[in-house]
Amino acid sequence: MRYSGLKVITEGLFGNKGWKPAWRDPAPKAEYDAIIIGGGGHGLSTAYYLAKNHGMTNIAVLEKGYLGSGNIGRNTTIVRANYFLPGNSEFYSHSMKLWEGLEIDLNYNVMHSQRGLINLFHSDGQRDAFVRRGNSMINQGDDAILLDREGVREMLPYLDFEQTRFPIYGGLYHPRGGTARHDAVAWGYARGADQRGVDLIQNCEVTGIDIENGKVVGVQTTRGAIKARKVGIVVAGRSSQVAAMAGMRLPIESHILQAFVTEGLKPVIDHVVSFGMGHFYISQSDKGGLVFGGDLDFYASYASRGNLPMVEHVMEAGMTLMPMIGRAKVLRSWGGIMDMSPDGSPIIDKTHVDGLFIDCGWNYGGFKAVPASGFCMAHLMATGESHPVAARFKLNRFATGHILDEEGTGSQHNLH
Amino acid sequence: MRLTCPLCGERDRREFYYYGSEDYLNRPAPEAPPQAWDDYLHNRDNPAGVVRDLWYHDMGCSSWLVVTRNTVTHEILAVEAVADRKGGAA
Repeated sequence: MRYSGLKVITEGLFGNKGWKPAWRDPAPKAEYDAIIIGGGGHGLSTAYYLAKNHGMTNIAVLEKGYLGSGNIGRNTTIVRANYFLPGNSEFYSHSMKLWEGLEIDLNYNVMHSQRGLINLFHSDGQRDAFVRRGNSMINQGDDAILLDREGVREMLPYLDFEQTRFPIYGGLYHPRGGTARHDAVAWGYARGADQRGVDLIQNCEVTGIDIENGKVVGVQTTRGAIKARKVGIVVAGRSSQVAAMAGMRLPIESHILQAFVTEGLKPVIDHVVSFGMGHFYISQSDKGGLVFGGDLDFYASYASRGNLPMVEHVMEAGMTLMPMIGRAKVLRSWGGIMDMSPDGSPIIDKTHVDGLFIDCGWNYGGFKAVPASGFCMAHLMATGESHPVAARFKLNRFATGHILDEEGTGSQHNLH
Repeated sequence: MRLTCPLCGERDRREFYYYGSEDYLNRPAPEAPPQAWDDYLHNRDNPAGVVRDLWYHDMGCSSWLVVTRNTVTHEILAVEAVADRKGGAA
């Protein structure tokens, strides 16, 4: 079924009885050409691009819960292409271009809103660093505008410009940055993949990976064994457990990242804004809630919930930057499980097992990467070669020293 | 989350700095092959369950500690000083 404005009107006139489920609920077949483990944003987009770009339609996505039940269903929804390092810069630039055509491509409203992102800076040194980053973004073909203090005041008059502890010197404005409706992205990719014949199999947990003579031959699941010559592991925070089934020990440590949302308010924050002194970023959802977050809790965790010190820190940073939000009531908070890599950059690569591929290490920036991650993972699984924009996301780059440490904080998993 | 420092007693999580897995205690010999250094610095078991990791009592006695805890429940099972471990490094 194709969605359109006309369809909405005609369905409205006839009692909305013509809508059908957006995807099928098939039972697993005995064999597929390829299997993707993980029905989150990255796994679903991998399936979609395998079918669309490479004509591989006899494939399945295996999801242990329901589609989009992980981090794609709970995140701060920021979409941006403001990376500095060669290797990251071209990848996120590619992702931004895919975002910009995504709704037409998927025939699905993912509510992509290029409302602009402003990263504030608070010292001369920080300004220099942002100038350098902005130039790198422009060289990549993306957009960056340096705002001085008055430029920021014009756009964000509600910030506290009077305080002296963290004076606002200016901001780096990325007009094409913004937000998207996180779960609609998962649903749009799921529907697009399903329409091309991909089997999306839910409540199907992978319990083993079958390997013969160094080649992958299939997987064991809670719904029986399924054969496949190509298997992609796309499971974010659970990467270490699934990779261990193939005898791998990954350069990943799973950490917790908390995020928060307030009660719905009238429109008050028109952009995505980040504070440069202490990690804090905020936007307002279309429903009206202020959505914001900060740093990791900093210790390895699978608890899906955080502790109070980081709650306190995030609230303090928000109140320091924009005291006007102090009366808003926090509705809920949650903790996501982040697959942290030692350099803060992702991995999209083959493994030591023939036919087994892995896409992981998204740290806490996986949402904006969903389109390009799937695009490049599909390219790798179909052709056996890395896509040029993801060519540096190698699994062995830590051993060879070709690290992509965007923040220059060194090889400690929680410092990125 | 509260940790019981062997020297200072039970203290708030804010007093401690998390460094990483206890793999950091097993520093390879200088002439060890690159794979050993890669495992030491980067590769992790990363279990969902009981782990042993290194914490530093930053705002207390400055001890390096090995904390045994559960990453799924945040339960703290044991805290010992690295210096008290048999043949303890660091």
